[in-house]
Amino acid sequence: MTYLLRRLITFPLVMLGVSVLVFVAIRLVPGDSITAMLGTEAGLLTPEQKQALAAYFGLDHSWPVQYGRWLLGVLSADLGLSVTYGKPVLDVILERFPLTLQLACLSMLIAIGIGLPLGVFAATRKERGSDLAVRIFAMIGQSTPSFVIGLMIIYVLSAGFGVLPAMGQFIPFSEDPLGNLGQLILPSLTLGLSFTASVTRISRSAMLDVLSDDYVRTARSKGATRRRVIWRHALPNALIPVVTLSGVEFGYLLGGAVLVEQIFALPGLGRMVLDAILQRDYALVQGSVLFVALNFMIVNLLVDLAYVMLDPRIRLGGRS
Amino acid sequence: MKPGMTRRLLACAAVVAGLVGASVAPAAAATLKMAWAQDATGLDPHKQTAFSSIRLLELVYEPLVRLNGDLKVVPALATEWTFAPDAKTLTFKLDPKAKFHNGQPVTSADVKASFTRILDQATGAAARANYASIASIDTPDDRTVVFNLSQPDVPLLTAMGSVNAAIVPASEIAAGKIGTAAIGSGPFKLESWEPNSREVLKANSEWAGGKVGVDGIDIKVLPDENAILAALRAKQVDFALLNDPLVATLVPRVAGLTLNRKPVLSYHVLQLNPSRKPMTELAVRQAISCAIDRKDILDTALLGEGEITGPLTMPQYRSDPNTLFCYSRDLAKARKLMADAGYADGFSATVIAATGEPPTAAAEAQVIQSQLKDIGIKLDIKLMELNVYVDTWLKGDFDMAVALNGGRADPYSMYNRYWTKAGNLQKVANYIDDTLDDLMQKGRVETDPAKRKEIFAAFDRHLAEVSPWIWLYTGYAYTAQQQNVQGFVPTPDGSLFGLAKVTLK
Repeated sequence: MTYLLRRLITFPLVMLGVSVLVFVAIRLVPGDSITAMLGTEAGLLTPEQKQALAAYFGLDHSWPVQYGRWLLGVLSADLGLSVTYGKPVLDVILERFPLTLQLACLSMLIAIGIGLPLGVFAATRKERGSDLAVRIFAMIGQSTPSFVIGLMIIYVLSAGFGVLPAMGQFIPFSEDPLGNLGQLILPSLTLGLSFTASVTRISRSAMLDVLSDDYVRTARSKGATRRRVIWRHALPNALIPVVTLSGVEFGYLLGGAVLVEQIFALPGLGRMVLDAILQRDYALVQGSVLFVALNFMIVNLLVDLAYVMLDPRIRLGGRS
Repeated sequence: MKPGMTRRLLACAAVVAGLVGASVAPAAAATLKMAWAQDATGLDPHKQTAFSSIRLLELVYEPLVRLNGDLKVVPALATEWTFAPDAKTLTFKLDPKAKFHNGQPVTSADVKASFTRILDQATGAAARANYASIASIDTPDDRTVVFNLSQPDVPLLTAMGSVNAAIVPASEIAAGKIGTAAIGSGPFKLESWEPNSREVLKANSEWAGGKVGVDGIDIKVLPDENAILAALRAKQVDFALLNDPLVATLVPRVAGLTLNRKPVLSYHVLQLNPSRKPMTELAVRQAISCAIDRKDILDTALLGEGEITGPLTMPQYRSDPNTLFCYSRDLAKARKLMADAGYADGFSATVIAATGEPPTAAAEAQVIQSQLKDIGIKLDIKLMELNVYVDTWLKGDFDMAVALNGGRADPYSMYNRYWTKAGNLQKVANYIDDTLDDLMQKGRVETDPAKRKEIFAAFDRHLAEVSPWIWLYTGYAYTAQQQNVQGFVPTPDGSLFGLAKVTLK
């Protein structure tokens, strides 16, 4: 409990740090909202026009004043107004988040569902042909960039079969479950493939570690079945690195998957942040980075809590 | 990936795709499904200058006049117009049938309010520079508008053909709603817009320009142009806008797809900075011009998808490139010019280019780099994100720049920003001489088309000869369509206004 409290207290501090970083970083990049909107035509503006536009984009005050105003807003859950969308930043983010969350969950489901059994399987067949096959699959999966896989899938489907998932617009699960899954399965597979590969590799090596431990030998010598030894005795202890890896990967995915969203034209968080950066929509960049940072911290906290559940020793250590 | 895995994955994907195909009901037959890679960035017709915004706004808003496929001025909201012989008053008669999407008629008061807004500095309309000669506006009756000009301004009429001079309801201006609700008078009403995702347009049944050929347009933003091509193949899209020649040239290879190619006004150019040594020397600039093989760059970087051009890119004013200074590569001459200027051993310089804008920028910079090496010029290529590039470009902070600059239907409107003494972008051009300024001012005042042509031909020759920039070529505007799309007419300014008359079979 005290552990949880201690972790929660660090949240605002981390968020404050993130807010300063993102605020300064986006402003250090040359070009501003005005040049982003007008391109080279910005050179035609008179000084008076420039001033009027700066006021419109909220750039007419010094950085500390801009930051102070923004921070005050954030404290009352007002992340500001996005100039490209003409809507509150929080609304824009929350519209995009369901897709990103669903994509992250589906990818994780694929990764754990395929990667974990595959890793365990490979560990029990150490150095045999099937182990080698799994390892080669994992190596290729991890080293092939997601955009290559995505483009290949799109190309094969459209050129070979003349079909393609609906792109451009998100179909919520509640409105059309089949349409929703049909739309997300390919991007999830694309994202999930490299995720699966990492899970396979890490669960294989963790299992190998555990399988050579004394207690496994003891369990075997006491006559436990092979299956029981693997799934009941060894696996729970091999899960910690898998949980760590999955947590970090999941946290990344919650920040959006820019390349895959771009290729499959999905309106997720990643593309939104990218567009916001390119269009110098400062409020939107700041708000969404804060949002992503918060998600990341929550996921990390959940991962830590999962450790406690998996390993009683951590629980004891926490108490003392 | 194991072969078995691939097969399983594909089988799985095919099943899923089948599901998807079945679950997405085809939209109403008469709605045009369209895709583009870059979405509009805003709805204020007076303030938006990006191509991607203009393409959308032209379907919703209307200016007084419009430019047709040959860049001739044709009626839009105004049915007729007259220029006084001294080119100091311009009178328009409005179409009595014209109505805004909210049902109100378009009157002279709306025209006056719209131009007052554009000219108001507080609006921040970059296009104001094109209308700055308007001194006052009279509205003798509901249908008549008289623009009184502070100086003769013949190019003004053509400049009014831009959606940046769109007429919006005076009531909307007063309510401060321009840019939030898109109330225009054009062939389509904007039903909804989700930035960087999609927009829905409905045909305007009361459009004064006649009957719109489709019920509406559904536009999807597919940021990757390869995905647009895939969507065309899968017949998810009827009509698409393409930017990348590498993708566009693949379209004709797909059965059932047609590629429309239209030469555009915007030009690819190597901008030199004549305020920096040694580009201050005429001989050095000319040597660079002679050392450049325009055809080679065009073929290598743009797959030959374009036409070599001098400074003036509009069909009526374009000159035969072979008559311009050093338009065929002449290395001997280039080396002699370099030696004359005292740079026989060459020099080093940096060239800036934007990543992906145009998609060919990096390739262009590389070919130019290798060509200039032949006369001892060592080029360092600096690739920048578009916004950073724009910022650097506007400050004139470069030795050389690879650029794709926008063109206009009138030579004066196109170049007065760079090549007049009072030009807003003089600090980007960094070069002006009396001949250029003089010819520009003459072109602004002259009303006789034949004489204007002569004036600008001289301007074109002189500019190519003094070589502050090395003009390369113009590309094409590409649209791709399915066979069921009929009647689209592309224009050299890349407008999609032709969609108003498109029908679906």
